[in-house]
Amino acid sequence: MIEQHLSLLLVVIPLIAAPVTAMLPGRRLPWLFTLSVTWVCLLLASWQLSVVMNGSVISYELGGWAPPWGIEYRIDAMNALVAFIVAAIAAVTLPYALRSVEKEIPEYQTSLFYAAILLCLVGLLGIVQTGDVFNLFVFLEISSLSSYVLIAMGKQRRALTAAYQYLIMGTIGATFLLIGIGLIYAETGTLNMLDLNQRLQPIMEHRTVHTGFAFIVVGIALKLALFPLHLWLPNAYTYSPSVISVFLAATATKVAVYIMLRMVFTVFSSSLVVLTSYMFLVLGIVGVILPSISAIFQTDAKRLLAYSSIAQISYMVLGMGFASVLGLTATLVHVFNHALMKGALFMAIGAIVYRVGSSRLENFQGLGRQMPWTFSAILIAGLSLIGIPGTAGFISKWYLVLAALEQQSWLITGVILLGSLLAVIYVWKIVEIMFFRPVPETVIEVREAPASLLIPTWVLVSANLFFGFNTELTVDVAGTAVRLLGVTAP
Amino acid sequence: MTEAQVLLLVLGLPFIGAVGIVLTRHRPNLREAVTLITASAVCALVLMIYGQFQAGTPFAVDIAEPLPGLLIRFEIEPLGMLFALVAGSLWLITSIYAIGYMRGHHEVNQTSFYAMFAIAIGSTLGAAFAGNLLTLFLCYEILTISTYPLVAHAGTAEARRGARTYIGILLATSIGLQLLAILITYAITGTLDFREGGILADKLDPAWAGLLLALYIFGIGKAAVMPFHRWLPAAMVAPTPVSALLHAVAVVKAGVFTVLKVTIYIFGTDFITQSGANDWIIWFAGATILLASLIAMRQDNLKMRLAYSTVSQLSYIVLGALLATNMSLLGGALHITMHAFAKITLFFAAGAILVAANKTLISDMGGLGRAMPITFGAFLVASLSIIGLPPFGGMWSKWYLGMGAVETGQWLLLTVLMISSLLNIAYLLPIPIRGFFGKTRDGTHYHHITEAPKSCLLAMALTSLACLLLFFYPDPFYQLALSAAGGQ
Amino acid sequence: MIDIIFGHYNYWIVVVLMMAGFYTVISRGNLIKKIAGINIFQTSVFLLYISIGYVEKGTAPIIAEGYTVYSNPLPHVLILTAIVVGVATTALGLALVVRIKEAYGTIEEDEIHDQDMSL
Repeated sequence: MIEQHLSLLLVVIPLIAAPVTAMLPGRRLPWLFTLSVTWVCLLLASWQLSVVMNGSVISYELGGWAPPWGIEYRIDAMNALVAFIVAAIAAVTLPYALRSVEKEIPEYQTSLFYAAILLCLVGLLGIVQTGDVFNLFVFLEISSLSSYVLIAMGKQRRALTAAYQYLIMGTIGATFLLIGIGLIYAETGTLNMLDLNQRLQPIMEHRTVHTGFAFIVVGIALKLALFPLHLWLPNAYTYSPSVISVFLAATATKVAVYIMLRMVFTVFSSSLVVLTSYMFLVLGIVGVILPSISAIFQTDAKRLLAYSSIAQISYMVLGMGFASVLGLTATLVHVFNHALMKGALFMAIGAIVYRVGSSRLENFQGLGRQMPWTFSAILIAGLSLIGIPGTAGFISKWYLVLAALEQQSWLITGVILLGSLLAVIYVWKIVEIMFFRPVPETVIEVREAPASLLIPTWVLVSANLFFGFNTELTVDVAGTAVRLLGVTAP
Repeated sequence: MTEAQVLLLVLGLPFIGAVGIVLTRHRPNLREAVTLITASAVCALVLMIYGQFQAGTPFAVDIAEPLPGLLIRFEIEPLGMLFALVAGSLWLITSIYAIGYMRGHHEVNQTSFYAMFAIAIGSTLGAAFAGNLLTLFLCYEILTISTYPLVAHAGTAEARRGARTYIGILLATSIGLQLLAILITYAITGTLDFREGGILADKLDPAWAGLLLALYIFGIGKAAVMPFHRWLPAAMVAPTPVSALLHAVAVVKAGVFTVLKVTIYIFGTDFITQSGANDWIIWFAGATILLASLIAMRQDNLKMRLAYSTVSQLSYIVLGALLATNMSLLGGALHITMHAFAKITLFFAAGAILVAANKTLISDMGGLGRAMPITFGAFLVASLSIIGLPPFGGMWSKWYLGMGAVETGQWLLLTVLMISSLLNIAYLLPIPIRGFFGKTRDGTHYHHITEAPKSCLLAMALTSLACLLLFFYPDPFYQLALSAAGGQ
Repeated sequence: MIDIIFGHYNYWIVVVLMMAGFYTVISRGNLIKKIAGINIFQTSVFLLYISIGYVEKGTAPIIAEGYTVYSNPLPHVLILTAIVVGVATTALGLALVVRIKEAYGTIEEDEIHDQDMSL
């Protein structure tokens, strides 16, 4: 019974829970309720992943209406993997949230804050689960609207302008997506992804289809923070509450990558991919190098990580640009691994913010000795970001470089490795300040972060190490997903 | 215990030891006991493994399979056994030395020092026993990162700058060049296993072999082939035991060891000579030997002079690998051992001088030898071994390296080796000579200076004795090097 | 030529509105005007959908005697959803502007920028 409705429950449970949360009083109760909801979601998402891992597909007809008229939830390995990432990050972030939210959000907003988190979760999971492009747009807006709210809840007033900026750019992006969907609907009369794929094949040369494709790609690129459409991201990640930085950095852009993959490879596929792949490669190359350089010059740890995120997203875009089995595998593996490393890093920085009250690097001096566990977490997750063997980051880099070598693209191989070297510089900048600068004398003793912040951080850090040695989950599922995408290029 | 368990134990012990060291951090005596016990246990285990390995027992264990078909695998072969013997036995001696040094010099943060030291040795052993290139690369990088806090130990601005150069060059070369080379190798062959005769022959267009080999040689930054040698002098800001064991033995030897592994088991000697891959890259090694010696002559800081001497000596081994004949490989592999024992003695002496007399500049050391005869005596013995004079072990490796050059008709390289030996004399021997026969600058006599702490003297005595013994009984190492070089 | 201009007049209106809205968003420094621009931009898309659904001489899709040609109701339904989303966005945007005004005392982008070098 449950198994039948598994895919729907994943979206409906947090959707129903959100208004309930909003009505719960106090600080603990809404948190506890949200926590249990996210854990249930994780359970369902893992179940779903285990069902489709072997390459099978779940097709769920919403309300019993048969596709292409009704909305279809269509889950294959790729959806399930991304849904698992989102649910897992939410489930790890929530235990972390209690103490951090107590410090950063006033009590009367707490229940609304958790409700917004649940709504954001609904949106992200909905995007991943649905097989209908208009439904996807609606979920995208649910997740976006709730994330604007969440970002605006940051303590500094600049959180407001950051949220506003994101709202404007996000809405433009979503509207572009809507235009694109409208145009391809006008051409085909369907909104079901698979159906679209079938019906678009014979009319792929129509100018309307091309225009629709362009609108869709640009719209998603805005959500993806694809260089040079990334301007909203650094502020949004920097000024939002710590919990939200963790959650958005680890999930939102990953889901956008998923949308891009779905749209480009499932809905449009074949001939148009060639058009985008050059664009992806060129933007990917520039997008790895320039944001990495920007990251080096940042004076705020969260901002530094935000720029690093843009660079890491560009790696995923490079993988898409290859449009080969290896390249897309690399993209999906990196989606997973990057969620782990950025989640861990933002959590550790959040732990410092909890103790020190600021994420500016000048306040990090000498913290390495006072907060050894937080420091080691930053170090290991940072090494994963660089791509040192034994960490998850190495696996993604490995596949990405192999994909580049396969296409004999020496330039891109060089760019990927150069990106790693730049990562060495910006990661080491944090490490050195934390460990080797003496503590300024004006600063009073700082204690290690509380266990409720450290344990979730270390769960993600251990995952970084675990998935550096065991890739059964990541690489195998990504491989299955890519096979189902129908990519035939080597 | 099965062979696999023994292997895991010896690899895991240093890491367990590191945890023990951290746990006993509030009781220095206990902490140092933990270090010594761990080091002795590792040394004993390595010797035991050696005994069984010589008797023909194979040692291998698979840990994980991070990438399809690519394992994290440890397996013992002669060259790795040789390296492990050197690293394992010298860790014990260095631990004895370090306790005297660290206490005598009143160093701070000794706990993190001992703990990171143990981790560094653990990863060195891992590199020695690595069963494929991926595992070797993994251990290589852990070694880089675990030694970084040791280099930056002092925490001063100068130490930070040195450490930044250190980690910057080592990570940049390993990620930018070595990882690229490994990936290309994997893309071409589909495997990273170490195999007799190499895996690249027949798969790689010989025209590209030279380029790939260059990526490896320069990518293995720890081998310090110019122009990627700057990190080694920069690392001299570290405490002396670190310079002694890590930057004369573990780290740098891990570099040249990787070079040997790559040339023997990835390229295969036949492939290198037939494809002419070594044509031009070999001159980088030759130039490094000479240039580093010349720079060493101009250094007044004793540790810096020894560091450049190490750069020069490392290229002997790279040269041996690149000549790719049985003789030269034998010489290169032997030089890992011979240079290790001699150079560690030199560093021990340098540290002893620092602790006892608080001197780092060679020009200040006139007459110091009369106050510290054992230290300077050990220094003299080790110098003679480095120069390659009998009756010291260093002679054998130089002998076989020279034979290798003659065998391939590389007369110019033979000349390089000869000139370098002369340069060795010029930059090493003046130090003990000045120590014993020189005068102090201001004419004072050293009444207040006595020998270094006893544990330092013991360590020096042991290693300089080893230099002598290795001349008469090089057999264990010779056998291992010979079978690695494919002489049997 | 005439046909291109007049036969597709609905699209022309959509394009003009779209560009007008988009230009307003980009060019205006007043945060309220930006939101107004976004609204115009979104409205143009609503019109696009609605005009796609219109079938010439069709009626509202109610089954009744004598009517056989119906407009396509689906785009209309879709756009109802999109309108709701648009209203929510506008509301949230305006709420943010109120908060910004409270925090900064201004809603002019350049003045906010002067105050903390962001946006």
